[in-house]
Amino acid sequence: MSAMDHDDDYMNEDDDGDDYTQDTQESWMDQDDDDDEDVEEDFGAGDGFEPVVADRDIKKGYQVEFEVHSIDDIVAFQTQEVAHVAGILGCRPEHAATLLRAFKWNKERLIERYMENPEDVANQAGVVMDADKQAVFSKSADGFECQICYTDDDDLDTVALHCGHRFHTECYAHYLQQKICEEGESRRIQCCQSKCTAIVDEATIEKLVPPDVLTRYRMLLIRTYVDDSVHLKWCPGPDCEYAIKCHVPQNQLQEVVPTVRCKCGFTSCFGCGLDDHQPCICILVKFWLKKCADDSETANWISANTKECLKCQTTIEKNGGCNHMTCKKCKYEFCWVCAGPWSDHGTAWYSCNRWEEKASVEARDSQARSRKALERYLHYYNRYANHIQSAKLSSVLLQKTAAKMEALQSTSTLSWIEVQFLRKACDVLLEARMTMKWTYAFAYFLKHDNMRDLFEDNQRDLEMAVENLNELLERPIPGVEGTGTLSTQNSSMSLGGGGVGIPTTASDPRGAPLSPLSKDISSASIPGTATPPPAAGAAVSVEEGIRVLRQQVLDKMGYLKTRREVLLTDTAQGLREHRWMLNVDLKTGVVNE
Amino acid sequence: MALPKRIIKETERLMAEPAPGIQAIPHDDNLRYFDVIISGPAQSPFEGGDFKLELFLPEEYPMAPPKVRFLTKIYHPNIDKLGRICLDILKDKWSPALQIRTVLLSIQALLSAPNPDDPLANDVAQHWKENEQDAIKTARQWTAQYAHA
Repeated sequence: MSAMDHDDDYMNEDDDGDDYTQDTQESWMDQDDDDDEDVEEDFGAGDGFEPVVADRDIKKGYQVEFEVHSIDDIVAFQTQEVAHVAGILGCRPEHAATLLRAFKWNKERLIERYMENPEDVANQAGVVMDADKQAVFSKSADGFECQICYTDDDDLDTVALHCGHRFHTECYAHYLQQKICEEGESRRIQCCQSKCTAIVDEATIEKLVPPDVLTRYRMLLIRTYVDDSVHLKWCPGPDCEYAIKCHVPQNQLQEVVPTVRCKCGFTSCFGCGLDDHQPCICILVKFWLKKCADDSETANWISANTKECLKCQTTIEKNGGCNHMTCKKCKYEFCWVCAGPWSDHGTAWYSCNRWEEKASVEARDSQARSRKALERYLHYYNRYANHIQSAKLSSVLLQKTAAKMEALQSTSTLSWIEVQFLRKACDVLLEARMTMKWTYAFAYFLKHDNMRDLFEDNQRDLEMAVENLNELLERPIPGVEGTGTLSTQNSSMSLGGGGVGIPTTASDPRGAPLSPLSKDISSASIPGTATPPPAAGAAVSVEEGIRVLRQQVLDKMGYLKTRREVLLTDTAQGLREHRWMLNVDLKTGVVNE
Repeated sequence: MALPKRIIKETERLMAEPAPGIQAIPHDDNLRYFDVIISGPAQSPFEGGDFKLELFLPEEYPMAPPKVRFLTKIYHPNIDKLGRICLDILKDKWSPALQIRTVLLSIQALLSAPNPDDPLANDVAQHWKENEQDAIKTARQWTAQYAHA
């Protein structure tokens, strides 16, 4: 029944996707009204970027649209934008480029402002649009002294920008090199003269600096293009040179997790730049990581497991014995149960009858609350940490899988391409583990209501699918396990991520598989474990065993993928509908238990 | 390393026609290192004081700005207790066409016109904003106490 619901959700995805697009576009417009400085306007037609309309239909509800661009693409975009603006304004490309950089590549705004007041715009950007007023290279005239090197020889090579401040060419080159190589400056290198705002344009720099400096200058310019654009970010993957374009604005991050996958294979969150953290939203990820990193939980442990001496405030942990406590430090005697002074207890040493005293009740309540909070945190943290641990052990699983794939190829007639399903299953498993990990962080911040119950139902189904597939991948392959290399591998297999505790078991009434598909799978017995492995010569039955195994892996993998998608789609939809009630203040990060 | 022509010429000119209220003398053994004395500008709380500074021309000078620091204690919102100075031309607004003379004149101007909105010494700036008269009084006391030879 529940599975049916999920199917419905699943079917509605396309609609949701459209809603989402509309929502975001509306909010962009709002933003524009509010804030003229914003750069969103360039999201119109003809901005040089081809929207990926073709992909839209196959995007899932929890996915966002994005494009991956190489450095060459970015250079091409810039060139295109510059040419376009230069054409409209009727100016030289290097000046159009300077103007665009001054406006952070917001073409619409630049053109609008420029049409209102060309002089002002040009002045502020440090450009003179007059084509005759270019940088002038000339020999020094009588009485010239370079204000940088104080040389006043005749016949010096000099250069002046349109502002007329003339310097020795060599000094200018030296100055540019300092700016580019030492200070990493590129788009706003000004004239050497103090307080002169004229910008040294690309064409002039080209004539003045050596090739290696020019290369660096160009690289810096490309970087500023990506840094200036709110829709572009560099892929955070190691050594990756691709940039990712995604149109999810910062103010949408509480409703969307913009996971992007670079061409280099690295999956990250466009919003915060961390590794993919579906389905948990950025802000909660931040709180969660902070909480895990802080020793705030140490304090929680102390308050849950210890009491303070009422007299000298020393922290005391009771690790045995009766309730008559004597502080080692100040010799104060008190009752552990009610926290009141021992002298009030008379001779009732082993049974405190002062339980109901108001002071005692309050002391116990606050302890109980912090104990409960700690337990709640640990519940989620342990499961979160387990998936991290299992993911770390994934290299072992991958190694073993590679060995299995080789063994399969050598013992059966299966070809390389036919054993790839094992590798694929490993990838799916790892991906699901990463999702699982963040579901626990997300659930920690959810208020306890029916919605959280539904979320945790989905979570449990996914957890079970993960463990089922993991178990299957850890299992020796019937007929192939006899080979020497594999049996040694097998002994180390128990390390491979099998150690994750499943929070709910099949005995839990709520834990029963919800979909008919999962029932089939869990009830399917694995041949080869029930029956002794076939003799080495019985190639046909080995083939048969492998065929069955392959089918099982594919089934469980498919099921796992479905469960993951159901969970992610439903969570994403819930975020858009504001269905999840959070127990945390998003401004302060304070959790109300 | 031989001293660049720029530094030699600049030093000569600085010695030949010093700016009023400013004295800058290079060390004999290191011509990139200057002992500076700036007189507190008239009508400022620093009037009557002689403030010692050190000025060093780094290897990259004049592409990079000189390093300047107050040696005399001074109560000023843009100068911290280590004598470091918050002045744009000593940082990102430096231009190779500026010189020692212009830098020292700018510092002198900063003494005349403290800018508590862009502070380096937060407590002093706070004082300046909340009670300017009182802050000026403290600055006068410090001038009398530390900046008199």
